[in-house]
Amino acid sequence: MTPAPGIRIRGTLDFGDGYRIPGLDLDVPAGQWTCLLGPSGVGKSTLLRLIAGLDAGGALEGEIAASDGRALAGRIAWMGQSDLLAPWLDVAGNVGLGARLRGERADPARIEGLIAEVGLAGHKAKRPPALSGGMRQRVALARTLMEDRPVALLDEPFSALDARTRAEMQELAFRVLAGRTVLIVTHDPAEAARLGHQIHVMTEIGLSPFPAPAAPPIRPAGARETLEAQAALLAALRAPGAVIEGVS
Amino acid sequence: MTRVASVAVVVACAIAFWQVLVWATGVPPFILPGPGRVATALWEARALLAQHFVVTAAEVLAGIALGSVLGALTAVQLVAAPRLGRAVMPLLVFTQAVPVFALAPLLTLWLGYGVWSKIAMTLLIIYFPVASAFLDGLGRTDPGLLDLARTMGAGRGRTLLFLRLPAALPAFASGLRLAAVYAPIGAVIGEWVGASQGLGYLMLLANGRAKTDLMFAALIVLALMTVALHAGVGALGRRLDAYAAGRREAV
Repeated sequence: MTPAPGIRIRGTLDFGDGYRIPGLDLDVPAGQWTCLLGPSGVGKSTLLRLIAGLDAGGALEGEIAASDGRALAGRIAWMGQSDLLAPWLDVAGNVGLGARLRGERADPARIEGLIAEVGLAGHKAKRPPALSGGMRQRVALARTLMEDRPVALLDEPFSALDARTRAEMQELAFRVLAGRTVLIVTHDPAEAARLGHQIHVMTEIGLSPFPAPAAPPIRPAGARETLEAQAALLAALRAPGAVIEGVS
Repeated sequence: MTRVASVAVVVACAIAFWQVLVWATGVPPFILPGPGRVATALWEARALLAQHFVVTAAEVLAGIALGSVLGALTAVQLVAAPRLGRAVMPLLVFTQAVPVFALAPLLTLWLGYGVWSKIAMTLLIIYFPVASAFLDGLGRTDPGLLDLARTMGAGRGRTLLFLRLPAALPAFASGLRLAAVYAPIGAVIGEWVGASQGLGYLMLLANGRAKTDLMFAALIVLALMTVALHAGVGALGRRLDAYAAGRREAV
């Protein structure tokens, strides 16, 4: 893996229907976790999809650039809201999907190692319907690692999991993605408070940085400062909405 | 009650109704023969029926095989080259506006009285349902999976082969199920228009000689063939469905 670059985003997010978010100014530092927290429908996923080079239902008037000046394309791994496993492929086949889609040969030993790393040793021949939601998300994580890209874009990857599985997956993902530049979109203040080296709150009126707790992530979910940050983040999410309601 | 038992009861009821109808109306056997006469005809003409059954079955199977392959290839081609697809699709729909039955005399004229005109007829009837069902399936791949493939740097061809195609197998199976119902119609119409063998030909022949019981016997053989075909294609379809869904029985 090449050294992870940081990402700079500047400009105006335009959804084409009159809804615009001006003055975006987001720096995603290299090798750290940056959380983009916001309510559903505010455009977080659109921004993430734009960075990934996917059709996004919106456009950015401005720039998305890597800190090392090289193109981002080909250096990004993507994890979506659902696990996006191909049901007809077994666990090993899903982990090696990228190589197969590029016409390369996936190293079976490496696939097996990554399956073991996410705690699924002994499950490699199972197909997705035989796995629980948490196990499926682990396969998706192994597939992301298999791609070995320095930048990981995570679009609410744990939102469909139950509380216990989500906490476990946060810890696992934080450990195995260490050293990469991670931008994670979430609507869960607790997730942002646990995971972010940086936290940005995105609402209808724009994007603003939020001071992350002093302790480095991943932070214990029950620690006092994590809980305080979680409460403050919830308040920050609710405040702009309250203003808008007051106006109308 | 098991499925076999319930089917048996329905069939027995239908036969009983048929017999009652014959007794009650007193129609002569050359208009409506009773089940007993038809059963006798089935048994006595079994060699003749078998001989013509083999011809019709071969036409139907060949038509389904060729029609499915051509239909599937068309769908893949239309997805692989979307621009060509946009140009060709109206043409395809237009060909379906021409009733295929009306082409039967032409096909006989061009391909002769042998099996090929019937195979062509069957092929034409099932080609469009298979192509359109498969095309529909190929266009409905989970968009998230396609996004993922894109971030992985996948080419269009491999995305089609490794993601769109397997995901569309259940849609292909739906097309095949339709084909299994329509295919025998194609073969029989072809035989009615001009043939020297096959169950459709035998029905016309028996009709002309007022052997209505033999006509019914041929009809029953044809119906049984269609039911068997439907069951066979249904079993294949369930395997394709199970494979695409990653269920165990496919492995």
